[in-house]
Amino acid sequence: MSASAADMFDRLGRGMSSLRGWIDARFPMTKLIKEHATEYYASKNFNIWYGFGVLATVVLVLQLVTGIYLTMNYKPSAAEAFASVEYIMRDVEWGWLIRYLHSTGASAFFVVVYLHMFRALLYGSYKKPRELIWLIGMFIYVCLMAEAFFGYLLPWGNMSYWGAQVIVSLFGAVPVVGEALAEWIRGDFYISDITLNRFFAFHVIAVPLMLVLLVVVHIMALHEVGSNNPDGIEIKNYPDSSGKPIDGVAFHPYHTSKDLVIITGFLILFSFVVFFAPEMGGLFLEHANFEPANTLQTPEHIAPIWYFTPFYAILRAVPNKLFGVALMGLAVLLPFFLPWLDRCRVKSIRYRGWTYKLALSVFAVSFLVLGYLGLQPVTDTYTAMSRIFTAAYFAFFLLMPFYTSREKTKPVPDRVT
Amino acid sequence: MTDNADLSRRHFLMAATALTGGVGVVATAVPFVASFRPSARAQALGAPVEVDISKLEPGALIKVEWRGRAIMVLRRTDFMLDKLTEVEAELADPASEASVQPAYATNEHRSIRPEYLIIEGVCTHLGCAPTPRFDVAPADLGSDWPGGFYCPCHGSKFDLSGRVYSGVPAPTNLSVPPHRYLTESTLLIGSDTGAA
Repeated sequence: MSASAADMFDRLGRGMSSLRGWIDARFPMTKLIKEHATEYYASKNFNIWYGFGVLATVVLVLQLVTGIYLTMNYKPSAAEAFASVEYIMRDVEWGWLIRYLHSTGASAFFVVVYLHMFRALLYGSYKKPRELIWLIGMFIYVCLMAEAFFGYLLPWGNMSYWGAQVIVSLFGAVPVVGEALAEWIRGDFYISDITLNRFFAFHVIAVPLMLVLLVVVHIMALHEVGSNNPDGIEIKNYPDSSGKPIDGVAFHPYHTSKDLVIITGFLILFSFVVFFAPEMGGLFLEHANFEPANTLQTPEHIAPIWYFTPFYAILRAVPNKLFGVALMGLAVLLPFFLPWLDRCRVKSIRYRGWTYKLALSVFAVSFLVLGYLGLQPVTDTYTAMSRIFTAAYFAFFLLMPFYTSREKTKPVPDRVT
Repeated sequence: MTDNADLSRRHFLMAATALTGGVGVVATAVPFVASFRPSARAQALGAPVEVDISKLEPGALIKVEWRGRAIMVLRRTDFMLDKLTEVEAELADPASEASVQPAYATNEHRSIRPEYLIIEGVCTHLGCAPTPRFDVAPADLGSDWPGGFYCPCHGSKFDLSGRVYSGVPAPTNLSVPPHRYLTESTLLIGSDTGAA
């Protein structure tokens, strides 16, 4: 390198650091970077289960960016919505890609969030001192469900229409005020142009703002108490002489470089779906949604999009409207109480007794089977199965205080393994 | 200064400020909450509709749109009307006590004239559109199916008066909208008092 080039880099470096000093005197930039990245210590024994939080963030950004692009060509009116989506698919430069990224992104969001939540169940990440992280996370999940529901009406296909009709009717089950409440939500006597327009407002402004805010709060709460790990032990209890946890490594550059590999792997799978199976055989984009909304004709077989089907199966399992709706609501509500339902002090599945392992397995199977049943038409066999697995779903939560309080656990090591 | 502070006065002022502010917040919320309700245009578009039933054959059904829902007008045959008494034991609300219908349709045939049934094609479970299934004993609904309405979403079954069977998710009979006959062959759906 010539002397003049070295001199130039030297001056550039000094310029940069004085700029940093100028900003730091006015905004805690370096402090924030240290707190949340270069001096945030997370356990060194993370496994693949610890990649789904970062993937959820990646998908959130993807949905925000592709969503903004879609709004540039989408028309939120009953007369134009369906055609404007077809216009995006056929006439807008790369419109098909942006729309498929967004529709596949919605399903991907739920895939990674469900796995992220299952990770918490595996390693006890919802337990003290992380109860609030879990609660905020549950609020994110509910927001995500609302976001997905509002977004699903926007293409104004026939399944969009009747899906919204069914879900809004759920509010009609509320005694006395139910019908008025449903009318208030729709802003009309049926799902109409008015409903579509307001769902658009919720989908592109109100709920995304809430989501982003909640994600920031979720991460702030996490960085306050520190990340859990597959051994479920607190690395903060074993600091070195400088106060840093011996078993932790800095989030940046160590975890970020590992996360880049996970993100790459995810994007390979994600691209495969976007390019080769964006409809996923009717699972990600339902076939009935390729015809425009018809207010007078319900699709032959109505089913919500796959990520709602476990709850839908619970709703259908009950032969009583109000009780069915209440039970479905309860199915979403119960996980909020997980930190207080679980009485066992041991966090990680590695050191927990057979009772929790069995219960968690039954729960996971129930959730998957209910998800399958929710996609199927109603038959006597399927209804009977829905009832059995609904009972199992609720038993996991409601019996938890009993089977976790007398659990025979294994000794937990002091340091990560 | 703190020593001389009149704490009760301070507490009163704080409570009064919070209360006044709270009233202001509630008052401000009113227009935002009320703005969600059906607009004047939506209400105008929900006006009653007139239907000509002169060409409706016995056993035939037509669908009319009122407030975005399908209103089904069925001209029942004597065979169909006979079925109504036969299935009564299997119904959840045979006398329509818990269901929505005008007083003049609170009877076995749930209509003004027994021959004509006017019901909303909106399942009382979750608002799907029940399918007219007048075929007796089809393969999918079983050999004891006497004909009626079947909701494909969640399997609710209704008889030929739109009365719900026991043991299905729908809680009540299909609703009967307000309606009246303007002439012998003209129906007004959506209102039982005014003209169209």
